[in-house]
Amino acid sequence: MAIVTKPFAKQEAAPQLAALPKSPTGIMGLDEVTQGGLPRGRPSLVCGPAGCGKTLLAMEFLVRGIMQFGEPGVFVAFEETRDDLVANVASMGFDLAKFEAEGMLVVDHVSVVPIEMMETGDWDLEALFIRFGASIDAVGAKRVVIDTIETLFGAFKDTATLRSELRRLFLWLKARGVTAVITGERGGGTLTRHGIEEYVSDCVIVLDHLVTEQTSVRRLRVLKYRGSLHGTNQYPFLIGEHGVSVQPITSLGLQHGVSTERISTGVPRLDLMLGGQGPYRGSSVLVSGTAGTGKSTLAAQFCDAACARGERAIYFAFEESQDQIIRNMASVGMSLGAWVEQGLLQFRCVRPSLFGLEAHLSAMQTEVEKFNPSVVILDPISDLMGVGTGHDVSSMLTRQVDFLKGKGVTAMYTSLGSEGQGEPTDHLIASLIDSWLFVRTLEGNGEHNRALSVLKSRGMAHSNQVREFLITDRGVELADVYVGPQGVLTGSARAAQEAQERSDAVKRQEDLEQRRANLERERQSVEAKVAVLWREFEDEADAVNRLLSRGTTGREEGAEQRLEQGRLRRSDPLVHENRSNGADPQQVTR
Amino acid sequence: MSYEIPTGRSEVVDEPEHWHLRLYVAGQSPKSLIAFANLIRLCEEYLPSRYDVEVVDLLENPQLAAGDEIIAIPTVVRRLPAPMRKIIGDLSDIDRVLVGLQLRPSAR
Repeated sequence: MAIVTKPFAKQEAAPQLAALPKSPTGIMGLDEVTQGGLPRGRPSLVCGPAGCGKTLLAMEFLVRGIMQFGEPGVFVAFEETRDDLVANVASMGFDLAKFEAEGMLVVDHVSVVPIEMMETGDWDLEALFIRFGASIDAVGAKRVVIDTIETLFGAFKDTATLRSELRRLFLWLKARGVTAVITGERGGGTLTRHGIEEYVSDCVIVLDHLVTEQTSVRRLRVLKYRGSLHGTNQYPFLIGEHGVSVQPITSLGLQHGVSTERISTGVPRLDLMLGGQGPYRGSSVLVSGTAGTGKSTLAAQFCDAACARGERAIYFAFEESQDQIIRNMASVGMSLGAWVEQGLLQFRCVRPSLFGLEAHLSAMQTEVEKFNPSVVILDPISDLMGVGTGHDVSSMLTRQVDFLKGKGVTAMYTSLGSEGQGEPTDHLIASLIDSWLFVRTLEGNGEHNRALSVLKSRGMAHSNQVREFLITDRGVELADVYVGPQGVLTGSARAAQEAQERSDAVKRQEDLEQRRANLERERQSVEAKVAVLWREFEDEADAVNRLLSRGTTGREEGAEQRLEQGRLRRSDPLVHENRSNGADPQQVTR
Repeated sequence: MSYEIPTGRSEVVDEPEHWHLRLYVAGQSPKSLIAFANLIRLCEEYLPSRYDVEVVDLLENPQLAAGDEIIAIPTVVRRLPAPMRKIIGDLSDIDRVLVGLQLRPSAR
């Protein structure tokens, strides 16, 4: 049990101001309420009506002191004999005889027989002091329980002396430096029948039980605690098979560490909707929805995924038996039975009406402590409404959520509601829940189809899309829904839409192929045309070249012919030389 | 420190019962001393020569407190004759001591 250090003292941090030293009780929840335990070295009073658990609380204080803190203890019983006490607490696993043998515990029964006590003058309780002192010294006790000292009032007529002796006793206990628990029976108008709270005033814890609607709830309240902050509410407490556990209604701490690790819900597309990776480890997931929307299947899938990862899971079922769940989930492809055999999965199937809310809470917490799972399912929490009133259920669930978060357990709660969003139980815990999934049925085209949406999911960019929730023979799957002119399409309408889209796609593909073929043909025709043009061009170029070369030889031939004609006509060669700028007409033409 | 005070004379035959008384005290406190003195005086008066008184100092033998379920100091326990009787206080209220120890039959 984590001991909450006093936040007040931490803030002050003045070195000369030592915080009131405390003895942790080790009792589940009580150390949170008292912020660390009972005042060390001082007597505390635990009072309440008959049968409220005073003796047990006191005994557990001693036993936890021995087991968890190594502090020996003395139990002085005025009412029960040692053997009775040993037998009574054996049912909670406290082996007093063993502690006695180990020299850690003295159980001393002081028998007070009223008729034996004829008072014949001045007396004092020195014998009792000596007796206590001897017991304390025998084991070096740090903790002392005196249960119930008011029995003495039945034995002595001289109550004035008795009172002053009791006052002296408590001062003496204080001087001995033992942390003492004094129990007292509640009286009319006073906390204890004989008003001993007057003498034990450092810390007073009042126990009580309240019966509402045939359900008994034990409650604990710290009436006063000198020198310390403490929770002031009435906290329900239980006497379970492991002793007392006090349940602080409002989490005093809200200090649970958080994990950034994400875990899969077992439905890949749901993980995608939850920020792509699923919920955070240690967070709480609420699945609410109407009947038959597959909440349990989703929860089972979550378990299945956890077990497949080698993690442990507990499935608390309030409606179905283990075999029924295993059979039903087998039909959608989950073999939960195999996980049970491997010891990874436990089912706890109880009717909510079997016992009270507090007992449910305690039983669940005990199971969780024992099995240490990483995933817990509560299916469905709405059933608990039948056991308690809204406020009780809400406080119980709050504590359950806090408890599981504190342990880093990822929890999935399912909640059954009728049509319409926001069911009574949902409202109770919606604000505590980290991820809220909403499953509902959509009616259309003569069909009921399931749809899932994420209403909230803290700390992640979650999807705003509605998905169709399909329960297939491979478990839960999510599919896109189509939003068209007719609204959201699910079921066969969605299938039709998908077929339509598929055929559209085929058509588009064919179209594309056609166009590609056309283009190719176009290209070929262009290439052909280009080839023709090239050919024409080359022909033209040939012709031009031919013409060009022919033109040059024509001029040479012409000059020679002219020289030849000139010779023949005996013309003046100078004329030729001048004209050709050279003596040799051959050179001129070159 | 437990000691007995023998009284010697044992020839009385009309009251055959022998009284064994145990006085629990805690050290030599004034109350203890007064109680012891009162007890001896009463015994001498009402039980001459047929009583013995054992004084148990719980400071020395604290474990003996549990045996006779001693809570208050001083306490006188009538061990014999049976049944066991227990009275507390410094024995200054003689009438109550006589009733408590049944030294004087209440019928008279």
